Amino acid sequence: MTQPAILVEELSKTYGSGSSAVQALRHASMRVMPGEVVGLLGASGSGKTTLLQCLGAIIDPSGGRIELGSEVIFDGEWKYRDRRTLRRDRIGFVFQRPYLIPFLNVLENVAMLPMLQGKSNAQAYARARELLEILGIADRAGMQIEQLSGGQQQRVAIARALANDPPIILADEPTAPLDSHRAMSVMKLLHDMAERSGTAVIVVTHDENIIPVFKRIYRLRDGILHEEPGEGRPIVVDEAALV
Amino acid sequence: MISLAYRDVAKGFGRYLATGLGLGLLIGVTLTMAGVYRGMVEDGRALLEAAGADLWVVQQHTLGPFAEPSSISDEMIRGILAVPGVREAGNVAYLTMEVSHGGKSVRIMLAGYEPGRPGGPGRLVAGRPITRNHYELVADLRTGFRIGDVVPIRRHDYTVVGLAAGLRSPSGDPMVFLPLKDAQEIQFLKDNDALFRDRRRLEENPVFNPPGNPGLLGTVEETLFSNHRVNAVLVRLAPGYSADEVAAQIRRWLRLTAYTDAEMEEILIGQLIATAAKQIGLFLAILTLVSAAIVALTIYSMTQTKLKEIAVLKLIGTPNRLIAGMIVQESMGLGAIGFLAGKLAVTWWAPLFPKHVVLVERDTLVALAVTLVICLVASMAGVRSALRVSPASAIGG
Repeated sequence: MTQPAILVEELSKTYGSGSSAVQALRHASMRVMPGEVVGLLGASGSGKTTLLQCLGAIIDPSGGRIELGSEVIFDGEWKYRDRRTLRRDRIGFVFQRPYLIPFLNVLENVAMLPMLQGKSNAQAYARARELLEILGIADRAGMQIEQLSGGQQQRVAIARALANDPPIILADEPTAPLDSHRAMSVMKLLHDMAERSGTAVIVVTHDENIIPVFKRIYRLRDGILHEEPGEGRPIVVDEAALV
Repeated sequence: MISLAYRDVAKGFGRYLATGLGLGLLIGVTLTMAGVYRGMVEDGRALLEAAGADLWVVQQHTLGPFAEPSSISDEMIRGILAVPGVREAGNVAYLTMEVSHGGKSVRIMLAGYEPGRPGGPGRLVAGRPITRNHYELVADLRTGFRIGDVVPIRRHDYTVVGLAAGLRSPSGDPMVFLPLKDAQEIQFLKDNDALFRDRRRLEENPVFNPPGNPGLLGTVEETLFSNHRVNAVLVRLAPGYSADEVAAQIRRWLRLTAYTDAEMEEILIGQLIATAAKQIGLFLAILTLVSAAIVALTIYSMTQTKLKEIAVLKLIGTPNRLIAGMIVQESMGLGAIGFLAGKLAVTWWAPLFPKHVVLVERDTLVALAVTLVICLVASMAGVRSALRVSPASAIGG
C-alpha cells in the first residue's frame, strides 16, 4: 500500500487556557496521498487557517500526530528542532496573494528557496528555469514582479512552492484574487504539478467554482474535520479568456 | 546566495540615495561644526606660534591682551629687559577694526610691533618684512590684500609690503601687522574736532596756560595727546632659564602679570573659546542624536513596508540572520552614502565660510566610526521589528 504524503491523526489545537480557552481544532484526522489534490473547506473561523498553520509547522498543535511521508514530524511535540528547516525542505506554500519578494526578479524569487537549501547558484537557477518552463512563464524569468499580471504572479508563487521538491503543498485560497478563468487555470496547474511530481496538495478555498474539481474534500465545522467525496469534475480552462 | 540588501536597495535606489544624501547634509553640518571648533583652536595656536614668545607680560591682574583689556607703558620694556634670563622683548599693541579696501569692508586684527623684536608676523609667503618706521604693513592672505595695495586706515594710507599665511586672531579675523607707533596712533588717536575742542579747553584754562609760562601748555598737550601705551610685552628667554621663574621675577619686581606660552594657550583656548566649544559640543551631540533618529526611523519604516515579504521569507525558511543582515547592511549602506556625501559637502563648502574651518583627518575618521555605529544601533529597531514578525502572518487574511 502506498504511503500517504501526509497523515494527520487526532490533531488538536486550543488557544488560551481555562475558561477563556478556545478549541480551534478537535481531533482532526486526514490523509492525503502523493499526487492528490484535496480541498479544505469551511466557514470563516472554522479552523482552516489553524489547521494549515499546524500542518505548515508554523504554530504548535496541542496534541495529535503528523507524518510527512514515512517520517513522523509531530507526535505531541515537534520532532524537528528547527522548524524553519522543516518548512524550507519539506513543505511548499502558496498564498491567497502571491507574496513574491518585490525586489527580486521572477527567476530569483523561484531560485531563492533552493539557494536557502544550500544548492549552488547554478543548480538553483537551473531548477527555477525548469519550473518556469513547465509553468509556461520562462520568457518572464528576468522580469520584475510588478511587470507580471496577477495570474502570472500566482504561477511564479506556485513555481516557488515547488522549487524545493516538497512532498506537500499547502495552498491558502490561491485563487481568491483571480477571476473564474484564471482561478481554473491555477487549479489546473496545481493538479498537473501534483500529478507530475507526486506532490500532495491541500487547497483551502471558498471559491464555489473550483470546489467541484476536487475528488476529495475535507470540511471543517467548529474545529471538527469531516471527509466528503468531491465531484472530481475535469478542469476545463478557457485559454481564449485568459488572453 | 542572492544579496537581499543589494536587491532591495537596487529596487528603490533613487529614494535610498536621496535619503542617504539628506543624511549626508546632516553629517556635513556635523563635520563643519567640528571644523569650526578646530578652526578656533588653530586660530588661537596660530597667533601664539607666530608671536614665538616664551612669556606674555600684561597689565597686572588681567588676562590680557585678548581675553581682557591690558594696558601698560611702553617704557616697561626696559625693566623687563633687565630681568635676568630675558634675551629679547618687544612691545605689541592689538586692536580689531574694520577697514575698507577695494570697495569691500574687511574685519581685521591690527598687530603693532617693533620690527626686529618679538611680535612680528614670522615667515612670509610673499613680499618682504616691514623695514620702515611708518605706513607699511604685512597682511594675512585672507584679508584679500595684495603686495603693493594701498590700504587707508584712519588718517593714513598704508602700503602692503608682505603677505603671511595662517595668521588669525582668536576670533578668526585675519591679522595685519604694522609698526608699533602706527598701531598706537590708530588705537588712541582722537579725531580732529575732538583734538581741537580739547586744545581750546586747555588754552582757556589759566592753570595749564599761565601767561608767564608759555611752555607749560605744550608739555601738557604732549602728555595728553600722544600715546605711549601698549597691550603687552612679548619676551624671549635666554637658553637655560625657566619661563616660570622669569615670570615670577617679573610679577614680583615689575608689578606686572606674566604668562608663559602654555598659560597663554590655556587662556586663549581653554578659557576664551571654552563657552563656544561647549556650545559646539552640545550642537554636535544634538546633531548626532538627530542623525541617529533619522537613520532609525528610515530603516524602521523601510522594514515596516515589507513586513509581509519578511513573513513570507521566514515562512519559506529564510534564516533570521539573512533577514537581519539585509536590514543592517541597508542601514550601513545608508550611513556610508551619508558619510561620503557629508564629507564631499563639507570639503566643498568649508572654504566658503568666513571664518577658519579646519577639517582634521582624525575628526573625519571619528565621524565615520560614529556614523557606522549609529547606523548599526539605529538598524536594531528595524531588525527587532523584522524578527518579531511571525511567519504565520503570511497565511490567512
